[in-house]
Amino acid sequence: MRYVDEFRDPELGRVLATEILAAVEPGRHYKFMEVCGGHTHSIYKYGVDDLLPENVELVHGPGCPVCVIPMGRVDDGIAIARQAGVIFTCFGDMMRVPGSAGSLLEAKAEGADIRMVYSPLDALRIAKQNPDREVVFFAIGFETTAPSTALTLKRAKAEGVANFSCMCSHVTIVPPLRALLDSPDLRLDGFVGPGHVSTVVGARPFEFIPADYGKPIVVAGFEPLDILQAIRMILAQLAEGRCEVENQYSRVVPYEGNPRALEVMAEVFELRPHFEWRGLGFISQSGLKLSDAYADLDAELRFSVPGVRVADPKACQCGEVLKGVIKPWECKVFGTACTPERPIGTCMVSSEGACAAYYNFGRFAREREVV
Amino acid sequence: MSVTGRQEERILEIIETARSKRGKFRAERVDMSHGAGGKATQSMIEGLFEPAFGSQTGEDAAALEIGGASLAFTTDSFVVKPLRFPGGSIGDLAVNGTVNDLAVSGARPRALTLSLILEEGLAADDLKAEVDAIAAAAEAAEVDIVGGDTKVVERGAADGMYICTAGVGERDPRARTSADSIRPSDRILLSGTIGEHGTAIMLARGEFELDADITSDTRSLWPVADALLEEAGPSLHCMRDATRGGVASVLNELARSSQVAMLVREAAVPVEPAVAGASEILGIDPMYVANEGKLVAFVAEDAADSALAALRSVPGCERAAEIGEVRTEPPGMVLVETSFGGKRVMDQLVGDPLPRIC
Repeated sequence: MRYVDEFRDPELGRVLATEILAAVEPGRHYKFMEVCGGHTHSIYKYGVDDLLPENVELVHGPGCPVCVIPMGRVDDGIAIARQAGVIFTCFGDMMRVPGSAGSLLEAKAEGADIRMVYSPLDALRIAKQNPDREVVFFAIGFETTAPSTALTLKRAKAEGVANFSCMCSHVTIVPPLRALLDSPDLRLDGFVGPGHVSTVVGARPFEFIPADYGKPIVVAGFEPLDILQAIRMILAQLAEGRCEVENQYSRVVPYEGNPRALEVMAEVFELRPHFEWRGLGFISQSGLKLSDAYADLDAELRFSVPGVRVADPKACQCGEVLKGVIKPWECKVFGTACTPERPIGTCMVSSEGACAAYYNFGRFAREREVV
Repeated sequence: MSVTGRQEERILEIIETARSKRGKFRAERVDMSHGAGGKATQSMIEGLFEPAFGSQTGEDAAALEIGGASLAFTTDSFVVKPLRFPGGSIGDLAVNGTVNDLAVSGARPRALTLSLILEEGLAADDLKAEVDAIAAAAEAAEVDIVGGDTKVVERGAADGMYICTAGVGERDPRARTSADSIRPSDRILLSGTIGEHGTAIMLARGEFELDADITSDTRSLWPVADALLEEAGPSLHCMRDATRGGVASVLNELARSSQVAMLVREAAVPVEPAVAGASEILGIDPMYVANEGKLVAFVAEDAADSALAALRSVPGCERAAEIGEVRTEPPGMVLVETSFGGKRVMDQLVGDPLPRIC
């Protein structure tokens, strides 16, 4: 595949790996957080961590949109899905996320009409095909997916699709990063910045990370060479005593973001005063809801939902994992009560989740030899 | 070793133990993942069926000795949606699926029975088309349809039509294949490009607004099995058709049951550019996508080259390849050397990326 394979060239990968090895100080331990779940996925898919020196550690951050949805919101979604006449639509990864009494997948097996979609436009199409049913789209994701939800809502309004509504669980990237950086137990040397989110918001919003917290950040693409190059760029900043926002993903990310996407988001959404994050608790101004102009398409207003806050399971330490304070295996229930087949916390659900990735790949990451 | 190092080691041992344990069927209801061929299916087989019916061999067809005849017997059901797709239809799958379970068990397929479950309101033309497809596929696979049954259910109680076939084959005297025969150092051969069937179905459903020239690979695998048996004889240790769950699921199942490790070289696995492109866009790994006419063979190291040459001489298998080898450590695990140069585990599927593909 042209324009893709070039960024997966194993020869260049080896060159970068050698340069990274040369750039690290032998006695020093480096801890970098890749913010975005997409990076976590690429790192495992291509075995990128396998090419890094022992003293460069990657910590998986809070950027997996499925992993940060709290139980109470899953319960609300299931409550809507169970109402008569409703077709409830969501992305595939969301189906297995546990609520306080089961997942959407289990609710589907019990008779709720829950359908997996790949795009909010698919949900709108289902609404147009089923005018006598109420079709609800469970919108999740950072600024990456929010514009496509916004455009879908604009279209639904323009076309007068009255049986379509949206349960908005979109979140924004900067508040949780600030919350992480404020936590006293955090030990990080730098950030691999979220490339997909930055295509929308740009790289500028991350300037507070070097300015206020003194950590370098390099916004990176998702191909293996992108990630290796970003790591090398962070190491160069540390070696040269620089601390700034750099953009490795300039082929896609404009420093100022995508003004049209930001505009449509501003029209359709407004900030919630607070939003609860799985494991991180309430973070102010971190979640989006539909603006007053779109309130008639807000599923939370159209349907009665319990809206009950459900505490994270006591034993679950997804929060500490998301903060990079503990490794997945240091969680009390990791691998015993919480497994990919029967997850307790969301980090174990999505393929982008730190725990699921570690459960599946961890053993080999440590024991590199195959006999 | 440090305290944290020991703790991590202990946790990893717990995971290993949990993985090697027999599955338990603890679901309150059946959900779609129980039909996906991954971990949930395994828990249902190991936790529910085997305790009730006795432990199974884990082979694709049962070996029976009846009146001095050495037979293989198997059954399969087909619920694919849509009924017709580029390259085939439910009728083709119903014949080839069962034929292939016999073929990879080292048995020459001989006869099939056919059960049809039809939904009230199914167009007669659709039924006729499938009957013709079944007859043509049976003729191509050189098997007879020797019996059958038909049921009709109310509208809404089935989706057009479902088909169940059962097949009997004659075990080939050259065959010494079984999962237990897999040995470290065996080479892993693949009979051609992967992922066409699942991708063709996905695109035929029209959910993605993607258009690509990809057709299902449904075919009888007996000529392929026959060529391998002829060339490699007892050096051919095991064969499997890589259907639901793809090549990754077959390798995981065998690594687990034979307690060996497998190492796959991603760059050696043949994938059509259109399939690679569609997988890239949809975020799916072709290693997990279903095939309906590809087999994976385990061949002793010294016979691997000649077996691969024999494989490539079979029409339709020109792109057959050696994709990896069997190792000893870590047992039960499948590892991939990625085309980028890193290594990672290729695990069993937990969820279901794509239901009702066969």
